[in-house]
Amino acid sequence: MDAQIVKVKNKKGVRVIPGFGLSLGVTLAMLGCLVLIPLVSIFLSAAQLSFGDFIEVVTSRQVVSGYMVSLSCAFLAALVNAAFGTVLAWVLVRYDFPGKRLMDGLIELPFALPTAVAGISLTYLYSDQGWIGSLFDKIGIKIAYTRIGITIAMVFVGIPFVVRAVQPVLEKLDRQYEEAAMMLGASKLYTFFRVILPELFPALLAGFGLAFARGIGEYGSVVFIAGNIPYKTQIAPLLIMTKLEQYKYADATAIALVLLLLSFLLMFLINSIQIYMQKFSKA
Amino acid sequence: MSEKTKKAYETEETADGLHSIQKVIEPPHESSRPIIKYLLIGVCVLFLAVMLVIPLIVVAVNAFSDGWAAYQKAVMDEYTLKALWLTLLATVSAVVVNTIFGIFAAYLLSKFYFKGRQVLATLIDIPFSISPVIAGLVFILTFGNIGWMGDFLKAHDIKIVFAVPGVILATIFVTFPFVFRELFPVMNAQGKDEEEAAALMGANGFTIFRRITFPHIKWALLYGVILCTARAMGEFGAVSVISGHLRGKTNTLPLHVEILYNEFNTTAAFAVSSLLVILAVLILIARNIVEWKKK
Repeated sequence: MDAQIVKVKNKKGVRVIPGFGLSLGVTLAMLGCLVLIPLVSIFLSAAQLSFGDFIEVVTSRQVVSGYMVSLSCAFLAALVNAAFGTVLAWVLVRYDFPGKRLMDGLIELPFALPTAVAGISLTYLYSDQGWIGSLFDKIGIKIAYTRIGITIAMVFVGIPFVVRAVQPVLEKLDRQYEEAAMMLGASKLYTFFRVILPELFPALLAGFGLAFARGIGEYGSVVFIAGNIPYKTQIAPLLIMTKLEQYKYADATAIALVLLLLSFLLMFLINSIQIYMQKFSKA
Repeated sequence: MSEKTKKAYETEETADGLHSIQKVIEPPHESSRPIIKYLLIGVCVLFLAVMLVIPLIVVAVNAFSDGWAAYQKAVMDEYTLKALWLTLLATVSAVVVNTIFGIFAAYLLSKFYFKGRQVLATLIDIPFSISPVIAGLVFILTFGNIGWMGDFLKAHDIKIVFAVPGVILATIFVTFPFVFRELFPVMNAQGKDEEEAAALMGANGFTIFRRITFPHIKWALLYGVILCTARAMGEFGAVSVISGHLRGKTNTLPLHVEILYNEFNTTAAFAVSSLLVILAVLILIARNIVEWKKK
């Protein structure tokens, strides 16, 4: 009875728990001062650019190639992570083997390891004198200072996103559907692609999106291995950096604004697909 | 498998831990095809070795390639220690600020319903989807010479860009949602019945938080703090934009690594990196302990 009264009160807007005003005030003040006000500056600053100038900056050959390098490498890296991330999540959830906990703990390494350290380490490893780079150099493949190197650095930073997105879903997955498929004579591979994968897909897509977004924005681990060759391995965040060093603030803002809109668009797209798929699977 | 039978196995097998339960409910066909199992494990081990483990070994090997004395010299260098100090300062600031924010924001969004709740949650997540370079750029556009607050700051002789406050602000920005994101799901799942009961019995806000909310969230809070520490300590892009690379003044450890590397002082760069690797490994261990406790 009491609970019911409380609920009715809540609907009318009377709050029982104290602290609404305080927590709302603190939250809005901190969010406003530390995130929103600085963020607004980028739009204020972009508004000072004339539309013609803006278009000229973001469609210049160097900038377009920067976007293309960032997008294509991040997309490829996210695909690689989606594949290996699913296998890793599968192995960690379904199998028992010595060292499993160590493997599980290692997944988070790219979160914990500073990106600059990862960057110089990967560059050293994949340069033509490095341990792995020299092996590929013999068969004529250069990794460091090419787009392959950029992709590898982006794979590095994106690994945890897919694994940690897929793992909990796989853990909760009811095995009776797989068992039913097996009983009906489906092969293991067929069961995986037709029964398990559709269940994992929303989570996989979320992980893919996060890894993709992280790859587009990534700077620290990519900048060393990219080598900064114009039109070839210049990534978009590096272009912003270069413009800033030349005190071309307007250009940097324009490039940043497009990059910002791209990542918002990406997140929106992935959210929409997820919502659509949830509706679809419920119906 | 029904919930009831699972329960039965659990009570029988808890002494052996979770793994034995998994074994029990694992269908028999799993063990009949061990080739696939070992093939997949092999793929994972190889992938993780190439992508994660070997880069760590590279750091260790190169850090000591000129011997212990050179390592010690690089690590005990005046600029390295100053960079370490600034890194710690920025990390602690970010953790303190973001913990305060995280607690208030998670409390607000999980215990109260109001218009714009969803919008607020989305806004908090913004720093997560922004390139670190852009995060640095927004502060230059706000507080720098060309920024709209630039004249005001100049008149009052306050330096933020290319100074320590800028480094701290950028670090706070990129780690802003970390604690909130860990706390919110836990607080949300806990609901608000207990708090409402306490409030109706006359407890004040602080007592409710301390006695009821906090015991539920302490492990999630610690987990968030650990993640925040990891990211704050290693932040490179945002800090790189705003610091101006003033050696001994606004250089953090990751920036110091970059400078040494670009000066072709590879051994020193890897030696300083090894400090960060040690911190990262400690963080990973702490993270795993907390995650284990959380369960």
